[in-house]
Amino acid sequence: MARSLKKGPYVSYTLLKKVINNKKINKKIVIKTWSRSSMIIPEFVGQTFAVHNGKQHIPVYITENMVGHKLGEFVYTRIFRGHAGNKTKTGNKKITK
Amino acid sequence: MARISGLDLSKNKRGIIALTEIYGIGKSTATKILNINNIDKNIKVKYWTNEQINNIREYISNTLKVEGELRSEIQLNIKRLIDIGCYRGIRHRIGLPVRGQKTKNNCRTRKGKRKTVANKKKVTK
Repeated sequence: MARSLKKGPYVSYTLLKKVINNKKINKKIVIKTWSRSSMIIPEFVGQTFAVHNGKQHIPVYITENMVGHKLGEFVYTRIFRGHAGNKTKTGNKKITK
Repeated sequence: MARISGLDLSKNKRGIIALTEIYGIGKSTATKILNINNIDKNIKVKYWTNEQINNIREYISNTLKVEGELRSEIQLNIKRLIDIGCYRGIRHRIGLPVRGQKTKNNCRTRKGKRKTVANKKKVTK
């Protein structure tokens, strides 16, 4: 079910604070975050987030097209490296960027 | 001959059914089109007058997105997902279900024909 429009997009408050701080000092410090469920809002464009995948933080550079998606959509929590014995397709099929 | 948005409609079908031959028009849209233009939906296409055909053509081109235009729009939407590299884009890229379905078995529509793996271990009871 979609989120009520009345509430506006969900963004973790601490994350928002860090982005605003980043903008204030006019620097693009990589923001480490565990908040995968935060929506990407237009203010995030141009920032880099290090989003947790359950094990480590993966950097994601936010572009204009990504607005409206969630941070977690760009960092995958599973890595599929092909099936055992499937030699033709070895390698990183679905590895993170 | 009822030629609408680059497609010849079947002459011997009822209007509501014939209109669904156009990509992007289903039954409900077809009913709406015919209602707005005051055409009985049960009348066959061959009995439509030229004026009625023109009305339908005009209505479709003014209000709806059909055929090639719609197809390219859908393709662009998918391409956008693939380009930004989000989860749905990845699923499109590797040809697996996009909306969180299970993939242990079935989902053949997305995966295509079965690829048999040689020497696969059979589970013995």
